[in-house]
Amino acid sequence: MMVWKTLTRWYHQLGSPRYFYRFSEVLLPWLWPIALLTTAVGLVWGLAFAPEDYQQGNSYRIIFIHVPAAGGALLGYVAMGVAGLVNLVWRMKMAEVMIKAIAPFGAVLAAIALITGAIWGKPTWGTYWVWDARLTSMLIMLFLYLGVMALINAIPDPRQAGRAAGLLSVVGVINVVIVKYSVEWWQSLHQGSTIKLTGGSTMPPEMLTPLLISMLGIYLLFAVSVLWRARAELLWRERKSAWVKELV
Amino acid sequence: MYFESFAAFLQMGTHGPFVWSAYGISALLVVTNMWLAYRRQRLVLNEIRRLTRRDQGGL
Repeated sequence: MMVWKTLTRWYHQLGSPRYFYRFSEVLLPWLWPIALLTTAVGLVWGLAFAPEDYQQGNSYRIIFIHVPAAGGALLGYVAMGVAGLVNLVWRMKMAEVMIKAIAPFGAVLAAIALITGAIWGKPTWGTYWVWDARLTSMLIMLFLYLGVMALINAIPDPRQAGRAAGLLSVVGVINVVIVKYSVEWWQSLHQGSTIKLTGGSTMPPEMLTPLLISMLGIYLLFAVSVLWRARAELLWRERKSAWVKELV
Repeated sequence: MYFESFAAFLQMGTHGPFVWSAYGISALLVVTNMWLAYRRQRLVLNEIRRLTRRDQGGL
């Protein structure tokens, strides 16, 4: 019961714009250097120190950006879907702000996953693109992110925009499941999962370690990006409130 | 380092152009995004300050 109480307290505190702003103020000065450093360590390790792949040679090094980007895009979409659900059920302003803050970097990561995948496909499969389940569902994910951003921009009333974007976020979560399992459900050129939560991963530790560090780095960068965007949105929405006036 | 020389590192066997273009495009996109996200909160803060000053200075 203690856990539940702590969770509900967090929910209400972080749901308060003022509290969230102060929380991010404390968090950001050390979160962004850590995020940058972690990403740099992971990528340099993967590019320069990890051994070559015996089948793919050095082209496999694209994995150290490709998988973190794809993973971040998926995780970001789930987070956006949760925010969308919270917003639809409880009409929580903070959830609207989060949807708007998550979408841009989510779209960037989906684009990176697609572009790096295409570049990697050329030496590995002999083609940049095939319309198979994994690649197509990932392209749909990019369009879903862009759709959420377009909806928010197109609807002038922020509450209505938030609800429409929230609905698209929730519905789009189905696509996350399709992306995740596409390589198991359908025949695909795309290789199976490298990292598995249950049962061993298909990679030796000298490759897996830099990959996991890169993933952590990109996820932390995502968090920093979301916090910065959420702060901007909160300040603007609450510009007439006492706490913002006190701040400026 | 895994490679024998810096030139070999840049060459990546025959895969240099693939690996470096993938990383170049990714870095450009991520850096641009982080810069825009950071700048936005600064711009909003300045805009609110401007509006506040105008309200106080005006009536």
